[in-house]
Amino acid sequence: MKILVCISNVPDTTTRIAIGPDGKSISTAGIQWIINPWDELALTRALELKDVGRVTEVVVANVGPTLTEATLRKALATGADRALRVNTEPTDAWSVAINLAELIKNEAFDVILCGIESSDHNGSVVGGLLAGILDMNIISSVSGLDIEGDTLKVQREIAGGKELHETSAPVVLVVQKGIALAPRIPSMRGIMMARTKPLLTSDPVSSEPMTATAQLFMPKAKGACRMVDAENAGDLIRLLHEEAKVI
Amino acid sequence: MNFEFTEEQLMIRQAARDFAQRELIVDVLERDEKGIYPTQHVKMLAELGFLGMLVDPQYDGGGMDTVSYVLAMEEISKIDASVSVIMSVNNSLVCYGIQEFGTEEQKQKYLKPLARGETTGAFLLSEPEAGSDATSQKTTAEDKGDHYLVNGTKNWITCGSSAGTYVVIAQTYPEKAHRGINALIVERNSPGISVGPHENKMGLRSSDTNSVMFTDVKVPKENRIGEDGFGFKFAMKTLEGGRIGIAAQALGIAAGAFERSVQYAKERKAFGTLIGNHQAIAFKLADMAVKIENARNLCLKAAWLKDQNQPYGIASAMAKQYAADIAMEVTTEAVQIHGGYGYVKEYHVERLMREAKLTQIYEGTSEIQKIVISRDVLKD
Repeated sequence: MKILVCISNVPDTTTRIAIGPDGKSISTAGIQWIINPWDELALTRALELKDVGRVTEVVVANVGPTLTEATLRKALATGADRALRVNTEPTDAWSVAINLAELIKNEAFDVILCGIESSDHNGSVVGGLLAGILDMNIISSVSGLDIEGDTLKVQREIAGGKELHETSAPVVLVVQKGIALAPRIPSMRGIMMARTKPLLTSDPVSSEPMTATAQLFMPKAKGACRMVDAENAGDLIRLLHEEAKVI
Repeated sequence: MNFEFTEEQLMIRQAARDFAQRELIVDVLERDEKGIYPTQHVKMLAELGFLGMLVDPQYDGGGMDTVSYVLAMEEISKIDASVSVIMSVNNSLVCYGIQEFGTEEQKQKYLKPLARGETTGAFLLSEPEAGSDATSQKTTAEDKGDHYLVNGTKNWITCGSSAGTYVVIAQTYPEKAHRGINALIVERNSPGISVGPHENKMGLRSSDTNSVMFTDVKVPKENRIGEDGFGFKFAMKTLEGGRIGIAAQALGIAAGAFERSVQYAKERKAFGTLIGNHQAIAFKLADMAVKIENARNLCLKAAWLKDQNQPYGIASAMAKQYAADIAMEVTTEAVQIHGGYGYVKEYHVERLMREAKLTQIYEGTSEIQKIVISRDVLKD
C-alpha cells in the first residue's frame, strides 16, 4: 500500500503570534516553522506501518511556497520516501484541497492521511474537502490504524468510547491524537539520507478562493483578579453591579 | 561572516532537543540520585545516530559537521550531562582518534560498531599519579614481538565499566619519555583487565567512572594506533577535539540552568511582583545571558575552524576554559535565583551546579587550558 501524508507548515507551537500590518495575516518575522503536530503523528504512524512491511511507500505533500521545503525535508529525514510540493501560497482551505486533489489524481495513493486540523488556523476542513473533490470515502477522528492484507482497521474516538471500522483503499483518513504515541525523531542517518531523497515541485491549479479572512485580532488580555475579603460580601455585589456590570 | 545555521544543523538541534526533553527528562533525577547508568537512553542515542554523528558515513557514522555536534551536545547537556559525556567521549575521543589515525582494519573492526553505537568507547589516559601531567605515564605496554603486554592502572575512566572498546595510552620506552608512549585499542573483555567500582561522584552520577587495572594484558600489535611512539601526540591531538565536546557540554549545563531560571523568574512572586521584575534578579539573568552567548560563540568558532580544517587547538582551549568557568558561575547564580527551591533536588539547578564543576576538571582542567592559551599568547 502507498500512503500520502498531507503536511501543513505551521509556526512552532511555542511561537508568540503577532498579527501582520494588513490585519489579516500572521507576521512571519522570526517564526520557526514545524510540521503540524497532527500531521507529524500521521506521518509517524505511516512510517511505523512501513517498518512492519504493511506499507510500501510513504509520500508527503504540502501546498506552499519555497520556505515550506524545510518542513518537507524534516519529513524526509524522519523517514518519508519522497515529497511533493505545490508551489503556491494557499489562500484558504479550498486552495489547499484543490491542489492536493490534483496530486492525488495524478498518482494512485491507497491511503491519504490528514491531520484533524492545523495548529495555526484550526480549519479542520481540508480532509473533508479532499474526499469531496475526489469522491473518496472518508473517516474522521481516527485514533488508530492497522492494515491487514487489503483491509484497513480504523479506530475512531466517539463520546465515551471507541468505534472500530473496517474499510478498503482508497480512503481519506482524518487523524487525531492517539494515531501514534509520539512523533518520531529523525536520526542522523535519516537527516543524511534526506539530502538525496526526491522533493518534486509542481505548479498550482488556478482556483478562486472560497473564503477570505476579514480580520485577525488578539483576544483581549485577561484583567487582573481582584480579591474581596470574605467578610466584605457587600463590596463584591457592588463591584459586580457597578464595575463588571453583570448583575 | 555568516551566523546562520543551515537547515540541517537546525534539524539536528531540534532532534537533540526533542530527545532530551522527551526522553532524558523523565528519570534524570532518579538516575542522578541512585547513580543508575542510562542503558535505555544510550540505546536510543545509538538508534538516533548521535553516538557516531561525527564519523564518516563509510564507517557507519552520521557524517555530520562539528557545528551540528556542538548544537546537539548543548541540547542534551541542558537536561543530562551524564548522557552527553557518553556521547562526547565516544564521538570526539574514541571514534575521532581511530578514524583520524587508525588503520583501515582498525576502522572496520572497531570504529564501525562504535559509530553504530553497538558498543561505546572509553579513553584511558589518566592515572593515579598522572592527570594533567599526562607525560608521566606509569602504565606500560611492553613490546613482545607480535603483541604488547600491558600492565598498570588507569583512573577516572568515563565509561570504564560500560565501554566495550578502550583506547589505552601506555609507555613502551620509558627512556624516551613522552616520545615512547603508545596508544592501543584494547577490548574490554581481554583477559587480565579488572574494573574497579563506580566512583561515587559529586555530579554526572549516572555515567560510570572507574579505575581500570591491567595485569599482563596481551594486545595484538595491529591494535597500535599510528607509528611506534605516536601515543602522546595522538592523545594531545584527540583531546584538542574532545575539548569542543566538553565545552559544548558546559555551555549546555549553563543554558539549561539559565532557561530554568528565566522560567522561575516569570512565575515566582516576592514583594507583590514577579521576581524577574526585581532588578537584583533581572540583572543576574542579563549577566547569565551574556556569558552563555559568549560561550556559545566560542564553541561554535572552534567547531567551525575544525570543520574548515583549520587549526582549532587554541580556539577549543578557549571555548573549554570559558564555557566551563561560566557554567560554574551561571549554575551557582541559578541556585541563588531559585533560593531555597534551588537547593533541593527537584528543581534541577543544584544538579546542574554539581555537573558544571566537573567540566572545569576533566579533559584538561581550566588551569591546563590557560597553560595552552598563554603559551600561544606568549610564543615568539
